[in-house]
Amino acid sequence: MHLLQLKNLKKYYATQKAVDDISFSIEQGSIFGLLGPNGAGKTTLLRMITGIFYPDEGEIIFNGKKFDPMNDTLFIGYMPEERGLYKKMKIGEQALYLARLKGLSKSEAMEKIKYWFTRLGMESWWNKKVEDLSKGMSQKLQFVATVLHEPKLIILDEPFSGLDPVNANLIKDEIFELARRGSTIIFSTHRMEQVEEICDHIVLVNQGKKILDGTVQAIKQQFKENLFRVQLSNMLTDVHSEAFEVVNQSGNQLTVKINDGSISNDVLRYFLNENASIEAFNEILPSLNEIFIRQVEGTRSTRQFQNVTV
Amino acid sequence: MNKILLVIQREYLVRVRNKTFILSTILTPLLFAGLITTVTIISVKNIDHEKIAVIDNTGTLEGNLENTKALSFEFPKGVDSTNYIAKGYTALLYTPGGNVQGYKLVSKKQFGMVAESQLEDKINETLENQLLKSKYNVDVKELEAERKRIGSAKIDQTYQEGSEVKKGNSGLAYGIGYGSGFLIYITLLIYGNMVMRGVTEEKTNRIAEVIISSVKPFQLMIGKIIGIGAVGLTQFLIWIILLVGLTTAATALLSRETLQQAQESTQQMPGGSIQAAGGAASGFADFADTLSQANWFLIIGCFLFYFLFGYLFYASLFAAVGSTVNEDAQDAQSLQLPITMPIIVSIIIMINAITNPSGSLATWASMIPFCSPIVMMARIPFGVPGTVPYWQLALSMVLLVAGFLFTTWVSAKIYRTGILMYGKKATWKEMLKWAFRSN
Repeated sequence: MHLLQLKNLKKYYATQKAVDDISFSIEQGSIFGLLGPNGAGKTTLLRMITGIFYPDEGEIIFNGKKFDPMNDTLFIGYMPEERGLYKKMKIGEQALYLARLKGLSKSEAMEKIKYWFTRLGMESWWNKKVEDLSKGMSQKLQFVATVLHEPKLIILDEPFSGLDPVNANLIKDEIFELARRGSTIIFSTHRMEQVEEICDHIVLVNQGKKILDGTVQAIKQQFKENLFRVQLSNMLTDVHSEAFEVVNQSGNQLTVKINDGSISNDVLRYFLNENASIEAFNEILPSLNEIFIRQVEGTRSTRQFQNVTV
Repeated sequence: MNKILLVIQREYLVRVRNKTFILSTILTPLLFAGLITTVTIISVKNIDHEKIAVIDNTGTLEGNLENTKALSFEFPKGVDSTNYIAKGYTALLYTPGGNVQGYKLVSKKQFGMVAESQLEDKINETLENQLLKSKYNVDVKELEAERKRIGSAKIDQTYQEGSEVKKGNSGLAYGIGYGSGFLIYITLLIYGNMVMRGVTEEKTNRIAEVIISSVKPFQLMIGKIIGIGAVGLTQFLIWIILLVGLTTAATALLSRETLQQAQESTQQMPGGSIQAAGGAASGFADFADTLSQANWFLIIGCFLFYFLFGYLFYASLFAAVGSTVNEDAQDAQSLQLPITMPIIVSIIIMINAITNPSGSLATWASMIPFCSPIVMMARIPFGVPGTVPYWQLALSMVLLVAGFLFTTWVSAKIYRTGILMYGKKATWKEMLKWAFRSN
């Protein structure tokens, strides 16, 4: 079942088409990656999903019904990329306030806060102020505030920035756990290795338009270049076959590109015939990072994007 | 609605629990009352008693120079500059005659300004009385007695208010009008700025985005405005209680006599600030006498109304400006100017209106919502419906409420866009565009 469906969403500003006819749907309980270079329209898209902005055109279906920002935002948790907390407020009160704004009663909220604070080792923080926390600590607090009211849809914009590997893993495990219990997660990031690790399904947007949509595996298959890596125990000097071409050779390791009409077995067959002993043979799938760069390169925002992430 | 309450609660509690708030709320009236009391006490106690030996070369002063509270005169024999201290005098005064030119005062320490001027006055008075007596044969003591008997002219002002004839007191009306106008002026600026800073903080901390995903921007804005307004009311309430308490304590502590003494002594003192404090002290003395003449029910009611709606009128504008500010505090200042200008202009009009409460400037300005909270409060103490007809009061109130609804409506639209807009500085032209577009 789809928890969220976007149909032909459009949001135009005076100077640009921030979101230009984007449609996709998100499966309940999945972890969904929303990718795109800076200025691609991700934030605008997320703001429409969180009910902050109204779309100019198109429709959002949430949980089978037309999205109603007044009531449905109670089922959504949003953690924006820029962390937002009241610096002078005590951490416990802050979490309580944010939870109650999401419609929890005071006692319910207290119970949930205790649960999460214990779970993430934050019990002693209650009376501290946000200004006393390090960036990573406030990140954890923000995460707790986002998921406290057990939202059906959790939107995380760069959730790991500023976290050390230990805490990043902690949060990552919580994300998996939340998804396992039925929450749907939209995960927006520039860090492709995290996307590959975490997301089931991704959508890539650029300049307000959707340019890719599919599962991580399917997209990798779609962009593969039939490259294979062959590891041999001895060095072959003259490798030549009609089935493939050697793209790169370094020592005993070769990278080969299979020609049209041939299959991977043809490569193996060649090396078997050559009497080479094969240690490893595997397909090289493009990383999402490569796909991402290939897809957005040459557009106006490329340079800007590359400065930031690569 | 429930969410607005939560926002109000947070805005209120965060500020009221703040140490700076608690300190300034309690210390301000304490400092003020303490200053007045101290100045009053000092001005009374600080006058040393000077016992002056007079070497009277003119031969006319003896027996005619009257003692005052601070000065006493004696005309002993055999006292000179070598032994006056030993004989228990603090100073020695030579009057002209023989080889002495003019009046000379010899003392061990410098005389204060008060004592010196009292001494001069006393001598002048004595000489003048002698002159009147010798040249015109006027007995000053008899003249004084006669004066007391006749009494001085005092104007008893009454005016027609409806069917009621009221005792007028333009001085009191002036004081109340000025005070309440000024109070509203200060609160508009202080609490307006507080709203603006609160909004800017939310924006620059990026908390706005988190909150806006739970509540509507309008709820957040109006919650903040009401919360801070409640902080203002709380502060006022505490100030009023403390001031009333302290005034009572002060009047109980300082006898009426002391207060009058203070009044007397400060009248002769040069220097504005001491004069003002002394004036305030003397104000206590006739406070009780005239206080009952004002229509307090009406004045306090109107004050609360104009305070609240004046605040609401401007607060949403301040919120709108706050929402367009980025990290740069300088932006805030320049954007704020168009809002603080009418407030400052109002206070200028108010100062004019208070001397001419029925004039056309005062009348018109008390209708326009931008300045009516300040200007109307300056006019009301002069009498409703005498100076301010009912229709004017009603129209002014209706216009202010309408103005508040309008500014809130416009501001909400600017706020909604501004609060999530980062990077570039918004211009007034852009803000107007945000305010008046359809969605």
